Amino acid sequence: MRVFTAAFAISSGLIVLLGYFFQIPALMQLRLILTDWAIVIAGFAVLIGIFNLIAVQMEKIRTRQKGSVFGAALVLSLIVTFGFGLLLGPEDPFMRLAVDAVIVPVEAALMAILAVTLIYASMRLLRRRVDLMSVLFLTVAVIFLAAIMPTPFGQLLGSQFIIDFAGMFSRGGARGLLLGIALGTLLTGLRVLFAIDRPYGGN
Amino acid sequence: MIALGILVFAVVLLLALTLWRRRSPATLRKIDAYDRLNREVGLAVENGTRLHISLGRGNLFTSRGGSALAGLAMLRRIAERTSVSDRPPIVTSGDAALTILSQDTSQSGYRAAGAEEQFRVSAGRMTGLSPFSYAAGTIPIARDENVSATILLGDLGAESALVAEVADRQDSSLIAASDNLPAQTILYASAQDPLIGEELFAAGAYVGAGASHEASLLVQDILRWLIILTILGGAALKFLGIGF
Repeated sequence: MRVFTAAFAISSGLIVLLGYFFQIPALMQLRLILTDWAIVIAGFAVLIGIFNLIAVQMEKIRTRQKGSVFGAALVLSLIVTFGFGLLLGPEDPFMRLAVDAVIVPVEAALMAILAVTLIYASMRLLRRRVDLMSVLFLTVAVIFLAAIMPTPFGQLLGSQFIIDFAGMFSRGGARGLLLGIALGTLLTGLRVLFAIDRPYGGN
Repeated sequence: MIALGILVFAVVLLLALTLWRRRSPATLRKIDAYDRLNREVGLAVENGTRLHISLGRGNLFTSRGGSALAGLAMLRRIAERTSVSDRPPIVTSGDAALTILSQDTSQSGYRAAGAEEQFRVSAGRMTGLSPFSYAAGTIPIARDENVSATILLGDLGAESALVAEVADRQDSSLIAASDNLPAQTILYASAQDPLIGEELFAAGAYVGAGASHEASLLVQDILRWLIILTILGGAALKFLGIGF
């Protein structure tokens, strides 16, 4: 069975990959079919994921773990929303209200907490790690923030120069990091493609 | 055709260097975060505490899936090493397919260690499908499950700051890396030993996942030098007024 899954994964991966490079109609057709299958499987995976979420929360409630009340609220609201969603459809005003009045404000509140958390983390950076890079990181962050900060009198004097000058380094650095990540992704993908790594129940 | 050429070159190098590395293992440069990770894995088993591994929200249908796969390779090895622990690691993710793969990978690790009966499906959890719901679902695990080390490794965004903050409050170690640039900035400020850029993809090699992971690092280095030389060569040609 393990050999079969590995062989199927490798051949599927190779067909999809070769479909990008060679415009052979049969290969492209096969690539589309495999991609369609993958989309259907991903849809089912979401349902399994939600079932996993419910199962974990139910276990929490059953064993009366800390925070089980929140777990109960989550499961209840999930069932109610799912039920109404099936009956009314996602465009119904009630369903829109569930998104606009609950999910959007909660996520906006978390975003606000995130802003405070980031300031706090930056303040503690020098307590955690006192080295040249940390000092440089904080100094540049503060100068950059001051340069892009809106004031009643428009931009501060010299801010455009700071944005351009610091931006030159940050763009270069970002490209370097992205190149490294792209190479890492390429090699990780190749390892999976040739079944050296098997995250699908292999070795 | 250039892309195909690079791909074939990378494949040949990877396979050849993997065979070579099997005969002569590499000496890896010191990365503090991975030293800490290896230490924390051992300590968690000894202390009866738990590791919390968060693989992010990397969708396997996008290029972001690469970091998730790198996280899974690390998980496979950690699951094997902690299979004897009373408290197995909890793996969280914000993508359903990734959750299923994390359960499967953990099970493979337990099986390899001969302790498959210790495996629990509930150790691999999907905590939310949107960035903040994922963070909100992950925070209670980092706080309430007797976690001694939190490992964030994968496609994480700005929401990772919330999880990092909880790890800091709980006084647990934080090892964090992301393929996302804003998240890297945030984690640089939040983690004790930050991992930058492609260091994320070195996780497997540093937890002893095998010769192929060490070979991958070597191939990355070779390709990086080729890119550097191409950029410098292009700049020199441009400077000389030679265009193509």
